[in-house]
Amino acid sequence: MEIINAQGLSYQTLNESIRRLLDNGCNELVLKGVNGQRYIGTGIQSKARMEIYGVPGNNLGALMDGPEIEVFNNAQDGVGNTMNEGTLIVHGSTADITGYSMRGGRIFIRGDVGYRVGIHMKAFREKNPLIVIGGKAGDFLGEYMAGGTLVLLGLDLKPDEDIVGNFVATGMHGGEIFIRGHIDPAVLGKEVKAVKPTKEDDNRLRQIIGDFSNYFDVKAEKILDYPFTKLIPYNKRPYGTLYAY
Amino acid sequence: MSTFSLKTSEFSVIRDENKCIKCLACVRQCGFDCHQYDEENDSLYTIDANCVNCQRCVYICPADALKIYENPKPMRSNNYWSANDLKNIYKQAETGGVLLTGMGNDKAFPGYFDRLVLNASQVTNPSIDPLREPMEIRTYLGRRTEPIALQKQKEKDKTQTPIVPIETPIMFAGISYGAISHQAFEALARAAKEFGTMFNTGEGGLPKDLYQYGDNAIVQVASGRFGVHSDYLNVGRIIEIKIGQGAKPGIGGHLPGEKITEEISTTRMIPEGTDALSPAPHHDIYSIEDLRQLIFTLKEATRYEKPISVKISAVHNVAAIASGIARAGADIIAVDGFRGGTGAAPLMIRDHVGIPIELAIAAIDQRLRDEGIRNSVTLVAAGGFRCSADVVKAIALGADAVYIGTAALIALGCHLCQKCYTGKCSWGIATQDPYKTRRLNPELGAERLYNLLRGWSHEIKEMLGGMGINSIESLKGNRLHLRGVGLNEVELNLLGVKHAGEAI
Repeated sequence: MEIINAQGLSYQTLNESIRRLLDNGCNELVLKGVNGQRYIGTGIQSKARMEIYGVPGNNLGALMDGPEIEVFNNAQDGVGNTMNEGTLIVHGSTADITGYSMRGGRIFIRGDVGYRVGIHMKAFREKNPLIVIGGKAGDFLGEYMAGGTLVLLGLDLKPDEDIVGNFVATGMHGGEIFIRGHIDPAVLGKEVKAVKPTKEDDNRLRQIIGDFSNYFDVKAEKILDYPFTKLIPYNKRPYGTLYAY
Repeated sequence: MSTFSLKTSEFSVIRDENKCIKCLACVRQCGFDCHQYDEENDSLYTIDANCVNCQRCVYICPADALKIYENPKPMRSNNYWSANDLKNIYKQAETGGVLLTGMGNDKAFPGYFDRLVLNASQVTNPSIDPLREPMEIRTYLGRRTEPIALQKQKEKDKTQTPIVPIETPIMFAGISYGAISHQAFEALARAAKEFGTMFNTGEGGLPKDLYQYGDNAIVQVASGRFGVHSDYLNVGRIIEIKIGQGAKPGIGGHLPGEKITEEISTTRMIPEGTDALSPAPHHDIYSIEDLRQLIFTLKEATRYEKPISVKISAVHNVAAIASGIARAGADIIAVDGFRGGTGAAPLMIRDHVGIPIELAIAAIDQRLRDEGIRNSVTLVAAGGFRCSADVVKAIALGADAVYIGTAALIALGCHLCQKCYTGKCSWGIATQDPYKTRRLNPELGAERLYNLLRGWSHEIKEMLGGMGINSIESLKGNRLHLRGVGLNEVELNLLGVKHAGEAI
């Protein structure tokens, strides 16, 4: 296990030293004193595990292809942007466009997320990306979603708080979203419908929530003791009739 | 309201029955089912409404029996309401849809290339003959380092990306696999490699079997992030962030699900049969600062080994935007003018949004010079370059290199029928139908493209020689070699050129 003290390092220096360690076969890495450095784990093709203490900057794990990164604090915008494979675990909250265009891998967030989370997620063959959000989400959750799975739990909501903002899943044309509890149809995009999860969905949710509870030490039963709403798109071709041929 | 259609045939196909040998080649070759064979009567007939005037049958007919004419206007058009306007309204009244089209803006806007002329040497300085004397048209793409200075040696800048040389200032524009066939895409890649220039993948990824052409590939990252992953970024020589496209500034793209075949689904890394939607903006770029973030995300992901290009469409405020892009850390700025082509765009956007590339080049070059940063970036111009003289004029206005898309497809056999969005292309270019795509042999296609580059490159050398210049570098932004014909003062000022007849 290697330890890097990131305090005072520029993102270029920090990321170069991470890459150099990984090049030399290091597969366990601890970053201490991280304070807003961008692009940590970006574009890395490896199976290494990274622990981050402090708050990493934007585009954490962008284009990432394999690693497992655990953040013991908040993260910022663009977590897992266009990620291909690997796991991101964030104990705090993340900001906007978490999981933008991700194609594979898994993101677990204990806290809340910002706007346009899971935008343009897509699935491909054996790849089926997953985002699990412990808290609440902002507007445009799952916008343009083309594949994969989004799970929104809404744990620890205050009485006046909504689990999700407006325009949920606008332009969605693939994949599925599970929201714990009921959802006001007024906040849904016109391309999706709310349905009851199937038996298969329940089994899968149990597995996903199991992983979530392991990462964050929360009781799975407590989370599952509540009905989920499933959102799916009406069809794979939302704009098929838009044009005059 | 009656239910009959008001749509009329645009073209009529005339078959010379005396010449026709009933070989049925036209029936087999037409991508639009215009030619029909009636087995019972052993006779051929045409459905004129289906004809798009792509000329495939005319060329393929061994008996030279076919001619296509524009249908004499059946509509009551006048000087204000054109036949096209009427036709489009009828079409929309029937479908309620957005009008789609392909290729570039074909409206009769004034073209500045056609009103700019070049200089040549007479008496007072000698012209140069490129057949015998060295003539340098090799062009370098990327961010220039600081000027050489006599000072204590500084530490090497680790964030400097490499410079990419190309043998001619002409590259192939971004055309995605999906918009065009694998055969056409491969022809572009092969020709780029053989000539020593670049092709551009467009936003549809790069098929694995073409990774061998990676050194000549500009790989695009667009808002849909189709096919974008580490291997793809690392195999290309240059990475291009596509913000906009001249044919459709400000809007995204929809590749319809029926075009997502197995191979295209593999290359784009999306499921078969699902619409491939490119959002209008990149949702991680809402500002110049955000653009910088994506530029450096890509640089970090490729360890500063790839120059980053940012492609925008030419719009009203293009010079200030280009300045922002240069300051955001881009190594190359690519600007696509309003004549730029497309596989599919809403007709209104294609024909009415954006500005001419000539004005955009001049405005950007001037702005970057005024700000003292022109040397730090490469400026690539695109959008409707028809011949080598257009290229020379663009470079004299301030571009470093150009992209050609439409011209390259024409070299492959495109006849500008503008129906790329139907996926029915009879020439095997803008289609994925295996029966049609095999009409285009990638090897022969590459040869035609190579020939085009060779011809244009030599013409560029001739024009340079005539001006008494022996290097393309000396032409860059050298507007003294241009003169305007019939341009008003505002236009002359914007282009930074004098009127023909004015001396230095």
